[in-house]
Amino acid sequence: MKVVFKTVWDLPAEELFASGHRACAGCGPAIAMRWLTKVAGPNTIVVNATGCMEVTTTQYPETAWMVPYLHVAFENAAAAASGIEAAIKTLRRKGLWSGKTNVMVIAGDGGTYDIGLQSLSGMLERGHRVIYVLYDNEAYMNTGIQRSGSTPKYAWTTTTPVGKAIRGKIQRKKDIMGIVVAHRPPYAATASISNLVDLSNKLKTALEYTEEGPTFLHILAPCPPGWRYPEERTVEVARLAVETGYFPLWEYDHGKVRLNPPTSAIAADPKRRRPLKEFLKIQGRFAHLTDAEIEELEKDVVANLEYLAKLASL
Amino acid sequence: MSLPKVHEIPIGGIITEPGSSRRNPTGGWRSLKPVLHDDRCIRCRICWMYCPEGTIKEIKGEFVVKGKKYQYKYEIDYTYCKGCGICAHECPVKAIEMVPET
Ligand SMILES: Cc1ncc(C[n+]2csc(CCOP(=O)(O)OP(=O)(O)O)c2C)c(N)n1
Ligand code: SF4
Ligand code: SF4
Ligand code: SF4
Ligand SMILES: [Mg+2]
Repeated sequence: MKVVFKTVWDLPAEELFASGHRACAGCGPAIAMRWLTKVAGPNTIVVNATGCMEVTTTQYPETAWMVPYLHVAFENAAAAASGIEAAIKTLRRKGLWSGKTNVMVIAGDGGTYDIGLQSLSGMLERGHRVIYVLYDNEAYMNTGIQRSGSTPKYAWTTTTPVGKAIRGKIQRKKDIMGIVVAHRPPYAATASISNLVDLSNKLKTALEYTEEGPTFLHILAPCPPGWRYPEERTVEVARLAVETGYFPLWEYDHGKVRLNPPTSAIAADPKRRRPLKEFLKIQGRFAHLTDAEIEELEKDVVANLEYLAKLASL
Repeated sequence: MSLPKVHEIPIGGIITEPGSSRRNPTGGWRSLKPVLHDDRCIRCRICWMYCPEGTIKEIKGEFVVKGKKYQYKYEIDYTYCKGCGICAHECPVKAIEMVPET
């Protein structure tokens, strides 16, 4: 990662994501949108998949976006962005445009893990110079909290109820970074809305590497109504996700895996990892969990950290 | 009946005014109001960074608080503040207080 911003005081002041949007109070993804636009800057074309960040920001005839913005459908944001990138290339070839224009997909987890996966894979494989940003709130929130390929095991959603037959989601969260990295893009990284300097540096790095090919940013962005916690705790929940090892911060940079702080410290010294319970207990979607179930999830967290540490040692 | 020509039909789905969501004053959603006590604020930028509405303004200038000089001051624009309380919850010195709307 290139360190462009050393402290919070280096972060850009200009806002390109306007107030008045209709996201819920305390929306984690809305925090992400502010920083994506701030850091990417005005010379950016945003291609947004259907989801909360599209529906709440573009209530016709108004928009919160202050950069060129395109919404086509739920499943094809990466394909639409590929077309924009190809068009920019053509304009360049014809001598009609010489500036640097970022093409940035912004899509939810439903739009990435599930429904937009093939268009994302196609874009990565064809090598379009597009940055794809996944904001992960771990369910289809805009349509009322349905489970997605990103929803973690045992989480309650409206389609994975808690009862006698099942206890929340049956399956594990999909390893989307693994899928993306399998395409060997120049750069892919995870980030959290709680660690904004890290997030901003990764975005800057990704935008720079996009000159070579596609890049990917996976941002954890908690959602108060979907995760069932009081809205003032959005940043705290995101921070606990990182500090308990539930959501490790790491990057894949030209074939090399690197763990980033604080994940690097947690992986090196397991005593520095907070118990997973601290992340789970403040969320209603995990309120039903037994100690045995928490223990099972904690084992998964530890195994994942060990797996990433192994990758980083290669 | 004569049909309009293609160029006479208004273009659908295009919004030409960036940031026009500002016409929607979301402050009316609020039930709790964040009150920022400037005399306690240590100018750490945290509330400004995390506000999902971008409604905490960073004002540049010369501000003297309790004998300390600062180049910034933070002010909440209540037109859009939804009262989520993230700013108050994250402030390291509890300079923001959530009070019920009257
Ligand atoms: C093809 C198609 N199927 C279903 C929908 C309905 N729909 C709109 S938004 C949405 C959920 C989006 O979930 P996600 O991508 O996770 O974004 P979030 O709302 O959680 O931010 C769904 C199912 C749609 N618009 N298009
Ligand atoms: S449902 Fe969740 S992600 Fe969607 S606008 Fe509300 S807080 Fe944000
Ligand atoms: S209460 Fe929420 S919306 Fe209002 S200023 Fe604080 S962080 Fe922003
Ligand atoms: S978080 Fe608190 S101390 Fe920091 S700038 Fe805001 S009000 Fe001031
Ligand atoms: Mg989602």
